[in-house]
Amino acid sequence: MTPFDYVRAGSMREAVELRSRSPNAAFLAGGTTLTDLMKGGVEKPSLLVDIRRVPDLDYINVSSGKASLGALTKNSDLATDPALMKAAPMLTQAIAAGASPQIRNMATLGGNLLQRTRCPYFRNQAFACNKRSPGSGCAALTGYDRGHAVLEGSSQCVATHPSDLAVALVALGGEIQAEHISGQRNIPLSEFFRPPGETPWIETSLQRGALIVFVETDLPPEARRSVYLKVRDRASYEFALASAAVGLHQDGSRIIGARIALGGIATRPLRFATAEASLIGRTADEAAFRDAAAIALGEARPGRENGFKVELAKRTLVKALKLASELQQ
Amino acid sequence: MTPPDLSRRDLIYLTASGGLLGLGAPGSNAEAESQQAQARPEKRSVELTVNGERREFQIAPSVTLLDALREHLELTGTKKGCDHGQCGSCTVLVGGRRVLACLILAISEHQGEPIETIEGLARDDGVHPLQAAFVAHDALQCGYCTPGQIMSAIGLLREGRPADDDAIREGMAGNICRCGAYEGIVAAIRSISAGGVE
Ligand SMILES: Cc1cc2nc3c(=O)[nH]c(=O)nc-3n(C[C@H](O)[C@H](O)[C@H](O)COP(=O)(O)OP(=O)(O)OC[C@H]3O[C@@H](n4cnc5c(N)ncnc54)[C@H](O)[C@@H]3O)c2cc1C
Ligand code: SF4
Ligand code: FES
Ligand code: FES
Repeated sequence: MTPFDYVRAGSMREAVELRSRSPNAAFLAGGTTLTDLMKGGVEKPSLLVDIRRVPDLDYINVSSGKASLGALTKNSDLATDPALMKAAPMLTQAIAAGASPQIRNMATLGGNLLQRTRCPYFRNQAFACNKRSPGSGCAALTGYDRGHAVLEGSSQCVATHPSDLAVALVALGGEIQAEHISGQRNIPLSEFFRPPGETPWIETSLQRGALIVFVETDLPPEARRSVYLKVRDRASYEFALASAAVGLHQDGSRIIGARIALGGIATRPLRFATAEASLIGRTADEAAFRDAAAIALGEARPGRENGFKVELAKRTLVKALKLASELQQ
Repeated sequence: MTPPDLSRRDLIYLTASGGLLGLGAPGSNAEAESQQAQARPEKRSVELTVNGERREFQIAPSVTLLDALREHLELTGTKKGCDHGQCGSCTVLVGGRRVLACLILAISEHQGEPIETIEGLARDDGVHPLQAAFVAHDALQCGYCTPGQIMSAIGLLREGRPADDDAIREGMAGNICRCGAYEGIVAAIRSISAGGVE
């Protein structure tokens, strides 16, 4: 690890102030991404502002139509909260499907959203990577891209966003509240994650130095009848090759509302509004689900080794929608 | 001539900045000094409660809880496998919950919740029942992953009784066993899950 200085923040305001003092400072939450990347020299903060003991950022408030989730709430607490499990199964299932019990006991909500890609070239300093070192190139474009994105990749980066939790949040919608030295800002979840484009090192619309305070997620009618389905190389403790967060609102067998987001296949957790709209008014059956999947993956542009993800994502989505339609509303 | 309590790494740091034993001219070059400060933040005093005992020691902020336990507190029961959160061999309990010591900075646990390691499990009358169950069910071969498996299983059982073997497997997914002793591990945990653990 590149040596760094360490300071513990006692309040939200203090955290933001300490962070603003050094352009190269970073917040430390659960540390499951940051400490790991510091060991490899991928992240080299000169100052760590430890926010783990900042009070009042660890809570889950579920009310009708919304859930407010503090940024320091542990993934394990989110995954097992009875009210949240009932209100939005896709969200708690997504969190439970991420990482391992030990990591979920450490990982926080805010840190999960800001975790970095698992692209192996990003983590290995021997390779070019625009995310790690802007302008250096992208080794994945000519390298082994089996795990990479088939949607929204650019000529600068094709890495996927690894979070499961974020896929469900994007499907539900809502907003993120952030605290910056210059004031507070609310960022809609739909605008939070950014596609790589020409600047793959800018991953979110969070202002530099801003602290995520809480996430307020919507709980639309589709939230209750919802599912998160994750497909991976082994049964557990592995990132998604493809995953689907889906919710259905039905009148009998007729679909009157749908939510669809996919993970593992795009450069960010992605919601598919057109595929959702295609389901409205249709009977909840496999034909409708297949049509929606074809629309969702219609623009897919696979690389050399990840072509299988297109069909895998379609099947994952169809199966998830089927599981959701079989649930009691 | 090396002062006895300096590690090889200390020596490299100090000689590189010309500060040891009057070699070079310490303090004469402000830039070199600030570089040294940059390269080596001061050690801090850290206080942890490990297995019921208060321990205080000096470390740099970059030292992980795993290295602090093994190299500063001489508690080498907790193992380093991957050092990247991918194997579970460094599992310990902090505040009663299982976590990975390799991804925690020790300084962040300063005056924090109590830490439990494999060394704290044995009772006056012998090993912990879960340790005994691991032996009885051949839940290990080389034994390298075992302290992590056992601490993780204690965390799992404290979270509630696993419904069935599948729940045990999923609950233990964060612990990899290179020897493949999984069947014995599941059997050992099953054998005492009915009674729960302290
Ligand atoms: C082996 C392994 C397997 C994993 N598998 C999965 C998986 O399958 N699915 C999945 O979703 N995740 C997985 N993860 C990732 C894990 O979920 C994330 O590392 C974790 O959620 C990050 O949270 P943290 O609190 O530890 O963040 P930290 O590591 O503390 O922080 C991450 C980043 O966020 C910043 N940050 C943290 N909190 C805030 C805040 N409140 N405001 C502003 N900035 C903040 C930090 O400065 C840092 O840049 C895995 C991790 C490992 C090591
Ligand atoms: S895909 Fe993105 S993260 Fe991976 S090497 Fe290319 S630029 Fe880096
Ligand atoms: S050594 Fe910590 S998880 Fe492998
Ligand atoms: S017993 Fe050898 S790694 Fe598990």
